[in-house]
Amino acid sequence: MATTTTDIEADIHHAHDDHDHGPEPGLMRWVKTTNHKDIGYLYMWFAFAMLLIGGAMAMVIRAELFTPGLQFVEPQFFNQMTTMHGLIMVFGAIMPAFVGLANIQIPTMVGAPDMALPRMNNWSFWILPFAGAMLLSTMFMEGGGPAFGWTFYAPLSTTFAPDSTDFFIFAIHMLGFSSIMGAINIIATVMNMRASGMKLMDMPLFVWTWFITAFLLIAAMPVLAGAVTMMLTDRNFGTSFFDAAGGGDPVMFQHIFWFFGHPEVYIMILPAFGIVSQIIPTFARKPLFGYSSMVYATASIAILSFVVWAHHMFLTGMPVAGQMYFMYATILISVPTGVKVFNWVTTMWKGSMTFEIPMMWAIAFVILFTVGGLSGLMLGIVPADIQYHDTYFVVAHFHYVLVSGALFSIIAGVYYWLPKWCGRMFNEKLAKIHFWWAVISVNVLFFPMHFLGLAGMPRRIPDYSLQFADFNLIASLGGFAFGLSFLLLAYIVVDCIRNGKRVEEPRVWESAKGLEWTLPTPAPYHTFNDEPSRELILKESSHTGVH
Amino acid sequence: MQSNEQYYVPSGSYWPMVGSVGMAALLGGFASSLHDNHLGTGIMVLGLGIILFMVFGWMGQVVQESEAGHYNLQVDKSFRIGMGWFIFSEVMFFAAFFGALFYAREFSVPWLNGEGNNFWTGELLWPEFKAAWPLVEMPDPQLYPSPDGLIHAWGIPAINTMLLLASGATLTWAHWALLNNKRDQLIYGMIATIVLGVIFIGFQVAEYGEAYGHLNLKMTSGVYGSTFFMLTGFHGFHVVLGTIMLVVILMRVIRGHFDADNHFGFEAVAWYWHFVDVVWLGLFIYVYWLV
Repeated sequence: MATTTTDIEADIHHAHDDHDHGPEPGLMRWVKTTNHKDIGYLYMWFAFAMLLIGGAMAMVIRAELFTPGLQFVEPQFFNQMTTMHGLIMVFGAIMPAFVGLANIQIPTMVGAPDMALPRMNNWSFWILPFAGAMLLSTMFMEGGGPAFGWTFYAPLSTTFAPDSTDFFIFAIHMLGFSSIMGAINIIATVMNMRASGMKLMDMPLFVWTWFITAFLLIAAMPVLAGAVTMMLTDRNFGTSFFDAAGGGDPVMFQHIFWFFGHPEVYIMILPAFGIVSQIIPTFARKPLFGYSSMVYATASIAILSFVVWAHHMFLTGMPVAGQMYFMYATILISVPTGVKVFNWVTTMWKGSMTFEIPMMWAIAFVILFTVGGLSGLMLGIVPADIQYHDTYFVVAHFHYVLVSGALFSIIAGVYYWLPKWCGRMFNEKLAKIHFWWAVISVNVLFFPMHFLGLAGMPRRIPDYSLQFADFNLIASLGGFAFGLSFLLLAYIVVDCIRNGKRVEEPRVWESAKGLEWTLPTPAPYHTFNDEPSRELILKESSHTGVH
Repeated sequence: MQSNEQYYVPSGSYWPMVGSVGMAALLGGFASSLHDNHLGTGIMVLGLGIILFMVFGWMGQVVQESEAGHYNLQVDKSFRIGMGWFIFSEVMFFAAFFGALFYAREFSVPWLNGEGNNFWTGELLWPEFKAAWPLVEMPDPQLYPSPDGLIHAWGIPAINTMLLLASGATLTWAHWALLNNKRDQLIYGMIATIVLGVIFIGFQVAEYGEAYGHLNLKMTSGVYGSTFFMLTGFHGFHVVLGTIMLVVILMRVIRGHFDADNHFGFEAVAWYWHFVDVVWLGLFIYVYWLV
């Protein structure tokens, strides 16, 4: 049986009322579910809720920085805001959103009925709300929440941290546990549930980038667990891993943290590369340029990500030979990354381009991510980094790659696949307004931070000298506008799900390629009951053949 | 119907939610108990109970489904991939602590003595301090008192190495028996492995007693004590888990759950046991021996 049809699905329903074959009625469906789409949607809603909470904290930060002087919050609370904003956005919003997209999309893109380990998949998600609640609860404890920055360097996080830090530590343990299980599931799904007619080099790029990301997660998250465990024992049981008085070293914490932290950066951007590589061929109406080089570039970035960590620590004390090594290794990453940007541009070159909403976001991603990538190159150079370290230039850099990079790709992916998920089209007029609103305001928000950083404004402070006032005011205005744009996004998505115009076409976008577009719209509850054939897989490849 | 046979998707389950509640209670309770919240310990114990309940319930359901013949070869392979990469994540967890050990030994302790370009570090912080490994005299002896002695490699640790290596061999002997349908040899091999594991744990407890009771070697004994107890402690914890898992597998063997073709549960636990074995070899070499 080559094709998947709703007939088979319907037959099963009629033949015997096996409760495994449709969604369970009632709310318990969401608690017990083993269905990859249900779990994916849970991930996406959780990520969006956390995005709004983390975004509200960013609003507090921008309000405080609107003018010089202290106006709204105490410095200690300001530090809690920057810390929690970072932690929530990284662990609560971006990572779960990508795992959600992986859950919904990967089985449909590799011709599988579901994820390989569906019950464990459920557990990966349901740990998150508990971990998120534990993390947020620290802010209401005596002594306040963590205020040591999202990197929680020792000794700020050990000797000088509030009691609530122990809850933060266990929240990180739980988040890591969830990520590792999610990653194992994705690896097993790609290796074992892929349709037998799909070879590795036939896989869509989103599947490839997530497959590689999953290995990064499995290698990096346990190291983070080890780091917070040492923090825990240093704080409570008298060990001295990070205390020089007992022969340890606070700088060791930074090495261990960034051994996790740098792969983590790529964990948050490789899936974004995958999403954009799906969208651009669709609307350029050309196969993806340089597919195999994309795969090798992704793998190279992943391997390099484990040997460059100390470029985050050029100023914390390191032999010159170490600085040189980490600088050159870091700059090396620009080669595979450049290959990617080149391939996206070349895919669009002489294509029959149209500018539907997902394509606009994807193009914005390519341009703005490149801006963030270039400032990253500047930061990778030791003598330059000595100037920029811990200034707003760094803040501008990582927000360009994480907000107009990772987050924009998530939004692009949601606009691209949402009609497939719910069988309805969003309001394209509003979505266009949303796009321009967000793209303009995100630049008003983050671009001035480059100037602030180059002029010497340090990050993580609630007050600043007068000469920084103008750019901070502009950035804050952009920030408030950008924050509002997410309320519009929420409206567009909810409006689409409830009142959007029905889409019946399996191929929602005219020239979209991929197995997911051969499924009926909206996609059936159980994705593929029968393997798609090799012919179909090759015909639906977005990187070979004609569009 | 055909499509039903091709793929297996398990039914919905409450166990993940039970596990999440248990995990939150265990860790939240633990964190509270660290700050003199007396309710905390109770919540922690309750959470541990919930997790044990979840593990036995969830695994029990999986065993039942397996025995009922629901699982096909594809499910078996997913389990194998899952277990393999889970063990890899465990390797990386231990790698963090080994990394700390090597860093302390090669970098931070010599630097505190002024090695490299750290002359002023040694001069200004603790001028009396002399670097040595294992670190017995701490930079600040008031904060981190010295131990009176160390655990020597060629006593209990060497015996423990032999025990674990032997247990790896007996487990493989049992596996051969399973593959060749020799039921008695399988059971004896499993029992021998478990007994060796339990003796190992017993020796490890005795060693901790010696360290804390007589040698004054504690977690608080500077960075050597920290890495020593972190590494051996987490390893010992894994041996305990592995032994419990072996006991469960032995009971399943006695009930006749496995045959030559179908015994993923046995193999998963065997992989885990060998992983624990390999970690021990790293410990023996770098924590006990090369000091």
